[in-house]
Amino acid sequence: MATAQTRTLARTMMAPAVIVLLLWMAVPLAMTIWFSFQNYSLINPLMTGFAGWANYEYVIGDPSFTQSLINTLILVGGVLLITVIGGIFLALLLDQPLWGQGLLRIVVISPFFVMPPVAALIWKNGFMHPGYGMLGHLWKFFGLQPVDWFNQYPLFSVVVIVAWQWLPFATLIFLTALQSLSEEQREAAEMDGANAINRFWYIIMPHMARSVTIVILIQTIFLLGIFAEIRVTTGGGPGYASTNIAFLVFRTGILSNDIGAGSAGGVVAVIIANIVAIFLMRAVGKNLDA
Amino acid sequence: MARNVSTPTKVGFTIAAWAVALLLFAPILWTLLTAFKTESEAIASSPTFLPQNFTLENFAAVQERSDYFKHAFNSIVVSVGSTLLGLIIGVPAAWAMAFAPTKRTKDILMWMLSTKMMPAVGVLIPIYLIFRDLRLLDTVHGLTIIMTLINLPIIIWMLYTYFKEIPVDILEAARMDGAELWNEIVHVLVPMAVPGIASTLLLNVILAWNEAFWTITLTSGRAGTLTAFISSFSSPQGLFLAKLSAASLLAIAPILLLGWFSQKQLVRGLTFGAVK
Repeated sequence: MATAQTRTLARTMMAPAVIVLLLWMAVPLAMTIWFSFQNYSLINPLMTGFAGWANYEYVIGDPSFTQSLINTLILVGGVLLITVIGGIFLALLLDQPLWGQGLLRIVVISPFFVMPPVAALIWKNGFMHPGYGMLGHLWKFFGLQPVDWFNQYPLFSVVVIVAWQWLPFATLIFLTALQSLSEEQREAAEMDGANAINRFWYIIMPHMARSVTIVILIQTIFLLGIFAEIRVTTGGGPGYASTNIAFLVFRTGILSNDIGAGSAGGVVAVIIANIVAIFLMRAVGKNLDA
Repeated sequence: MARNVSTPTKVGFTIAAWAVALLLFAPILWTLLTAFKTESEAIASSPTFLPQNFTLENFAAVQERSDYFKHAFNSIVVSVGSTLLGLIIGVPAAWAMAFAPTKRTKDILMWMLSTKMMPAVGVLIPIYLIFRDLRLLDTVHGLTIIMTLINLPIIIWMLYTYFKEIPVDILEAARMDGAELWNEIVHVLVPMAVPGIASTLLLNVILAWNEAFWTITLTSGRAGTLTAFISSFSSPQGLFLAKLSAASLLAIAPILLLGWFSQKQLVRGLTFGAVK
């Protein structure tokens, strides 16, 4: 049905989307790369000219970079671990015959709709505050000294908040996948005498493999860029204890006005994200025809 | 699920599931309750569950301090505006790719998705400088443009997966019946496309409403959305837990309601149609 006329029409219809996305992708990225090789500070206008690799040496050589990179990995890895394992258990539980399933889904998914700064602030003040937070009361109830979470375990606290936001998303996707598993398959396995553990490993897990991959990859995109949760709770501190790469670029480029070094950090962030993206494209691309 | 189980088993599962669900919901519930307490009750050393002196003054105080309505208005303009703009650009593109696919359609789709993977910090600095030079910093229309661009790939993907499911045969059948092009569009295509477009709209309003990188970095006072509004509460001042809870509740309530309606579409939209 693709005549020359419809092809021209189709191209015209796609043109605006392709053009704006091309501009959005190419122009700022080219500028970031350009700035990363320049001496450019908003505070010191005398600092100009070609910088070579100096900005990269400055950013990557600084101990804060290594720490931010490790923090980024802990943040992404920790949240993935909690949400994938927790999500599978929760989805299996919600898939059981029980009363109020529709309402349960709504209650469980709720944290996902809470905007990141709100999630961070209600955890910080309502739950993790050593004086009047819920956890503080709980610790006191058991005769323990309340924990000052954001000073003692800053990165762990951020992991908890972010995991709380993403656990519902993982659960909902796993649940959707579980419910598409055919009843006959399960019953057949049951009749063949497969016990619960065998059914889980040999019937349920292979069926879930695709959704697990998708959850890991999609969450990774978002988790690499965690920003607001850090900004409103710890501000990246104490020191650099809870600074990830995204927050480091913000600190260097916007807060310290060092455009050159900030841009170099941005380029590094793009490279890291691209490595992840290649895997994601493969996984999603494979599922595109299905 | 039509599995036959005994009633005690079902009771057990129900209790377990509700226990976990309420644990997850606890921070939201606690915020809801605290919002109606007085400040001294909110931070009392022996906490109360239900508000003892039910009060609405926290909401008044929040409006007074940070002008909730102005920020909420900005949030609505940016999220709805960017979604509509995204649909205007996205619907024709998705339509063309779904109904007149070429060999390159799949590559174009993947490329569009890849723009979503570019980390925001990678382009923050140039966007910040461009916005500064064009006087777009802290403006609602500047923010709307950015939000359109970051959500456009998701809009196109979602629409594409919905349009793909409209059977082409129906169009041909309508043509055989001698329907004119205009009739074909109004009576056959639009009714089939509307549900997909509506889900896309809903999910994207939610995503734009909760976006908290560009809204915080590109605005300060005038164009601040609710994410910026709530971030201004990050440094505690005096007695403030109840007010913070009231502000939080105001910021999330509208989208929580929308989200409950669209949770089914969420799976499909955010997984780019790979899980249905």
